[in-house]
Amino acid sequence: MGNVLAFSEFSDAGLRSSALSNLSFAREAAKAHGGDVIVLLVGKGAAAAAADAAKYAKKVVVVDDAALEHYLAETYAPIVARIAKEQGASVVSATATSIGKDLIPRAAVLLDAGQASDIAKVAGANQFVRPILAGNALQTIEVSTPVIAVTVRQSEFPAAEPTGGAGEVVNAAAGAVDAKGAEFVKLESSKSDRPDLGDAKIVVSGGRGMKSGENFKELEKLADLLGAAMGASRAATDAGLVPADWQVGQTGKIVAPNLYFAVAISGAIQHLAGMKGSKTIVAINKDPEAPIFQVADYGVVTTWEKAVPELLEEIKKVKASR
Amino acid sequence: MKILVPIKRVPDPELKTKIKDGAIDLSGASWVVNPFDEYAVETALRLLENAEAGSKDGEVVVVTIGPADAAQQLRSALAMGADRAIRVDAEDKTLDSRAVVAVLEKIIAEEKPDLVVMGKQAVDGDANQVPQMLAGKLDLPQATFAASVELAADKKSVTVGREVDAGVEYKKIAVPGVISVDLRIVGPNAVKNHVTPDSYAYAEGPRYASLKGIMAAKKKPLAEKKLADYGVEASPNIKEVKVDLPPPRAAGQIVADIPTLVKKLVEEAKAL
Repeated sequence: MGNVLAFSEFSDAGLRSSALSNLSFAREAAKAHGGDVIVLLVGKGAAAAAADAAKYAKKVVVVDDAALEHYLAETYAPIVARIAKEQGASVVSATATSIGKDLIPRAAVLLDAGQASDIAKVAGANQFVRPILAGNALQTIEVSTPVIAVTVRQSEFPAAEPTGGAGEVVNAAAGAVDAKGAEFVKLESSKSDRPDLGDAKIVVSGGRGMKSGENFKELEKLADLLGAAMGASRAATDAGLVPADWQVGQTGKIVAPNLYFAVAISGAIQHLAGMKGSKTIVAINKDPEAPIFQVADYGVVTTWEKAVPELLEEIKKVKASR
Repeated sequence: MKILVPIKRVPDPELKTKIKDGAIDLSGASWVVNPFDEYAVETALRLLENAEAGSKDGEVVVVTIGPADAAQQLRSALAMGADRAIRVDAEDKTLDSRAVVAVLEKIIAEEKPDLVVMGKQAVDGDANQVPQMLAGKLDLPQATFAASVELAADKKSVTVGREVDAGVEYKKIAVPGVISVDLRIVGPNAVKNHVTPDSYAYAEGPRYASLKGIMAAKKKPLAEKKLADYGVEASPNIKEVKVDLPPPRAAGQIVADIPTLVKKLVEEAKAL
């Protein structure tokens, strides 16, 4: 007993990088609970992911079934709960992606588990630190149920490294798959060659001060030069300048890259909540009183029209000199 | 059609967070309806009404679990247009998701709503658990993080546009089911019900209560209940140990121009 079941998302190529943050947490939790990390893969076409996952844990349980091709909380949650019981898990966890957040509470209720959501730190075997009030406070909670459900904030846990060993891969049956009247219709994805916002080492974000989607193209040049992901403030996405899934903030994505550029972003509380964990923050704004300067490591008081072309030029020079 | 909307009061998110004796200082808090729950009330009303004709067919029941003061937030929802309210008396501190789900499960068994529509999370605890747990407990389908909802003409299903990491996922769920709403649900064309004409554009955001609505809300039924009425005990599985302020960021510097910035990013921050 005392194992940690780590529900891990994957693609045809292997584990998704978001899953590795949860595996870091899972190792910490397994140590505290005196058990092992068991990776759980649920879906269709998990062969590559299973081989990949075996590098990270002693045991990998695979539930691979055509009926599970599209993620549905209704069909996945009973499987997670059943495997958790079979594997003697005292902790069931996932990274707090849109799937993790949708799935884990539904699995938790089937296990009578109390849940610690979106945790930033482990404070003990059953104590966790998590941001509340849009990151304006850190709450330490104690969960007293025999099984604990956890979702892990990706930006707060490093990607796990391979163990150096090869774990055992076991297959488990899906059982009866009942969607309870739910049906996947379609996914409208905003395709991009840039890295995912959640994983990117550098993020370039623009605010409403960019004024138009056309102007955002200038920022995109900067992002592409740096191999960065594009982000935006809620004001910019609400105004329709850029797609909604670019939004960084309390109601969008929470990011913590190495380097964050906030261009023409004033710095509303809700935006700061999504990026103030970044290692180095650069703010470019023409208003010297903008609140974004209070969290920035480096600020330049200027317009984006002047700053962005200069940035492109200076960064090209740095790259050329290497 | 009947829609149940559970709501929670939260301290005004626009105000600065203060901490006293290892807990959030709520002594001077001003309380508001959790913004996502307010969006849920708006969504429920849009699902049932003909906005062009100014008519509504169906009932919106709002529920809260909280102290006597929380009746104010129920009145706010009634003033927006909800029909009736239930308050289950409890101190905020004694509640966790398990207790809330247990109470809602009993209320749903009594009320038999066609849909439960609620905010995706409360902006104080930011836990994002109750809608999913409730759906799991009731063995109902769930559509979380809704940015759009379309109620089928036969009212037997809803198709929900969900905000997910990869874009927007469309998921169809049978009625009865549980929907949790995200902020774009209050956009001008986010809710369709085949009653209000598709061409109709709402004003952005949840509706304001009219003076008439506020007067009418005072006369709408508000039932007062206790946890014991639903056989639920306040014995939380999750306890707050303490609350801290996050460490402040070290003071930054304003640099003169872009060449200086890039130089510092390379040499000082080693970020480029």
